[in-house]
Amino acid sequence: MNNRRHFLVKSASALTMTFIVPSLLSSYAQAKKPLDQKVTDKKSWGMHIDVDKCADGCTACVDACNEENGLTGFGRPETDSQWIRKIKIKDKTTEKITTMPMLCQHCENPPCCDVCPTGASFKRVDGIVMVNQHTCIGCRYCMMACPFKARSFVHETLSTQNTNAPRGKGCVESCNLCVNRIDHGSETTACEDACIKAGHNAITFGDLKDSNSKVRLAIESNSPRRLRDDLNLKQKVFYSNI
Amino acid sequence: MSDYTLNKLKAPRLLYWGIFLFLGFLILIGLASSAYMEHEGHYVTGMNNQIVWGLPHIFAVTLIIIASGVLNIASMSSAFNKKLYKPLAPLSALFAIAFLIAGLIILVLDLGRPDRLIVAMTTYNFKSIFAWNIFLYSGFFVILAVYIWSMLDFNVNRFSSLVGKIAFGWRIILTTGTGSIFGFLVAREAYSTAVLAPLFIVMSLLYGTAVFYLLLRVISRLQSIDIPDEITKNIRRLMIIFLLANIYFLILYHITNLYISKQIAVESFILLNGGGYTTMFWLGQVGLGLVIPLLYEMTNDEGRSFGLTITSLMALVGGFFAVAVIIIGGQAFPLNIFPDHIILESSFYDNVIHSYTPSIFEFGLGVGGTSLALIIILILITNLKFIPAKK
Repeated sequence: MNNRRHFLVKSASALTMTFIVPSLLSSYAQAKKPLDQKVTDKKSWGMHIDVDKCADGCTACVDACNEENGLTGFGRPETDSQWIRKIKIKDKTTEKITTMPMLCQHCENPPCCDVCPTGASFKRVDGIVMVNQHTCIGCRYCMMACPFKARSFVHETLSTQNTNAPRGKGCVESCNLCVNRIDHGSETTACEDACIKAGHNAITFGDLKDSNSKVRLAIESNSPRRLRDDLNLKQKVFYSNI
Repeated sequence: MSDYTLNKLKAPRLLYWGIFLFLGFLILIGLASSAYMEHEGHYVTGMNNQIVWGLPHIFAVTLIIIASGVLNIASMSSAFNKKLYKPLAPLSALFAIAFLIAGLIILVLDLGRPDRLIVAMTTYNFKSIFAWNIFLYSGFFVILAVYIWSMLDFNVNRFSSLVGKIAFGWRIILTTGTGSIFGFLVAREAYSTAVLAPLFIVMSLLYGTAVFYLLLRVISRLQSIDIPDEITKNIRRLMIIFLLANIYFLILYHITNLYISKQIAVESFILLNGGGYTTMFWLGQVGLGLVIPLLYEMTNDEGRSFGLTITSLMALVGGFFAVAVIIIGGQAFPLNIFPDHIILESSFYDNVIHSYTPSIFEFGLGVGGTSLALIIILILITNLKFIPAKK
């Protein structure tokens, strides 16, 4: 009796695994970009931030990033990770006060990648600067080298993580322009989505090589600047109206 | 034939075991501290996302600088053919290897992922000065081992001068590499200058010579022998030259920074209004570490071993402050992300001087690592013939 029941259960499971699960997965995969496809330099991801549209007190981008990447704090702000943060600045000459998000600037000549002894900090051919969580040894030299303080070190044991954003205790991490979304075929980041949803439209993300992309149009119509242009790092994050 | 022989350390048994157990205990504390930091995560240390390198790095960099500098005595013999130092050359090379191991162990045990040391040893990014340093350190280790062998084994003794010269060249490059870890950081205004490389070299000469003399004093006490006056006088002269060289390069370093207008803010932070960092700079690095020992030695009677001991101790403590001011002071000053703006608010401490209070675990790791260097020396001089004596 028991054997027959086991046989039926196992058969049903096998059928499910063979026919139903793949069909479910294939319908998901069809809608997205195949993950085994190599990253190419046909696209160059970048971001434009119009600081005049960035609302004082709004943290929609920060909250969205935290949720997207599972960045739950431990109540210790000096050691908790921040991939994107809000900054309020005042112009020394005009005294204009602006608020804006700061994140990894995805430099074309990234100092973090230059100094990383193992090459764990790397720049993809599509311009995304990120950390290989398998080869980062946690030396923090990249944090010393970054002129924008864009990186965080994971100071605590992580108990829950989002599957789309693997993190590692003792490793360094930073904004990766929602690389998991991009590799699945999406062309938005969590912070951009949140900023649009909040009605501000300060953040525009997209392909810098596509002359019709919204990020290119935003850059061309605003004549933005890069932060610390004197360092010639050629960042992919542009700021307008600073 | 030479007029000296090399002996093993013959310290009183009880004293030997007392020192051995004490150092062993400190090493265990270091290991326990490291294990705790790795298990809990680095939040238990004083380091954070603002001050990413802390007390362990001060210890490690100081020890690595000492490792290079302590070879001075051997270099004087092999590279500059000073016969006076020849009997002391094996000891000098042994100290170098011991301090190098200690400095590197501290660095490794402070990594976020020390278990991935094998990754660091097998995967290199050759654009990184850190990766080059891994080669420089391991190469130095090998060269020192061969150097010691060539000095102690009569059959290969004819190569010792050549290997000594290679070791001398290698240590200059090595300390240049250590200084360049900071000198190549364009993001940090306190660092981005090549003057740091020669500054580190003269620091290594000073601290290395000081450590050599202090250890020589301890060993001569344990062995109940006297250090020849000629050695004391020569080391004293070297100390004066190295103190002057340090003052020269320190002034050059700060004048260079003061001349570059965008670096004036960080300079005034270190020199004038940096609170604890300014105090550490003037009282620790400059006063205790350079000016007082220099004045003391220049007005002191030649050849007084007690005076040289005090000078060496002061230079060493001052050296520790010097490395602390460079490492912590350079990070405490906030990054200049917006040169034309004042940062009013930030959740990531972009607008404040960063604070750093080292934890007991970092101190434990540093002391444990330093003890490792001393226990290596103790074990090797007890079991192999390193200590010179007149025939």
